[in-house]
Amino acid sequence: MSNLAAVVGNLGSIGYGLAAIGPGVGIGIIFGQGVNAMARQPEMTGVIRTNMLLGFAFAEALALIGIVMPFVYPTS
Amino acid sequence: MSVLADSKKFEAPGLELFNWKPVFHIGSVPITKPEILCVLVAAIVVLLTYWAFSKPKLVPRGAQNVGEVLYLYVRDEIARPNMGKDGDRWLRFLVPLFLFIWLGNLMSVVPLAQFPVNSRIAFPAGMAGIVYLTWVTVAIRTQGLVGMFKNTMFPPGLPWPLYILVAPIEFLSTFIVRPFTHAVRLFANMFAGHILIALFCTVGWWFLFEKLTPLGAPVGVLGVLLTIVMTAFELFIQALQAYVFTLLAASYIGGALHPEH
Repeated sequence: MSNLAAVVGNLGSIGYGLAAIGPGVGIGIIFGQGVNAMARQPEMTGVIRTNMLLGFAFAEALALIGIVMPFVYPTS
Repeated sequence: MSVLADSKKFEAPGLELFNWKPVFHIGSVPITKPEILCVLVAAIVVLLTYWAFSKPKLVPRGAQNVGEVLYLYVRDEIARPNMGKDGDRWLRFLVPLFLFIWLGNLMSVVPLAQFPVNSRIAFPAGMAGIVYLTWVTVAIRTQGLVGMFKNTMFPPGLPWPLYILVAPIEFLSTFIVRPFTHAVRLFANMFAGHILIALFCTVGWWFLFEKLTPLGAPVGVLGVLLTIVMTAFELFIQALQAYVFTLLAASYIGGALHPEH
């Protein structure tokens, strides 16, 4: 049976768009909790900021792997 | 003189930004611009640390101040939290690693160079490979081969049926996925940042100089503004990615040294 449903066009952009949903939510949670923690305990701002940026780098990595994959597996 | 000069439609920059023709050949080995930049950054790292630390004085003067700020930052924020106080002897590895990655990333915004060294996968992959071999060797030395696998795949304190699920996941995650994400995080950040800056630059050039139209000119101005914004954002991301790569390297080596964490 030939295709019942297909997505045509630039799959790389669609793939990246889908890949950016999770990290978007994740980064929002990370920075929201970080700001919340800084408000509760202002004297720990340095420690909190360090860990916040560390967590951000982890979450961002997944979104960026999403933008790199279309170049790793080109369609043409 | 434009890469788009003979096309009628705007074409966004893509992978061709990262393929360089050889500048010269040594024997039969072609030498390209990323390799030249890599060697240049390594030479700058050596020169900077030599300039700062060659004649150390108890009360620092001049370049030693800056060198000490960098060294103490890596020691207090990266090495000591992850490796404890006896991790100080690993600083001779971590400080040059941090400096090399940061300067390599900075090459993205330096005029005439304008290419982040770590946006070719070879350089982050090589460094992640070195860190991987280092921590596996340290783990085998401190815990033994069997001990390393036991401590990694079977964390204590779980009911025994769970180990059937946890052990393969931990093995894959620690020995296969970790070096991959370690390298790709740095590579993808630099790759995407370079493409974004190039894209907005091209938009600004195209709409302001190649095909100047009344409707297109504001898009060009927007492109130029966004180039400036993206460059500022990239400056932050470059330093952050250098910090994260070094932090993870310290964390992996520290985890191999002190597996009870």
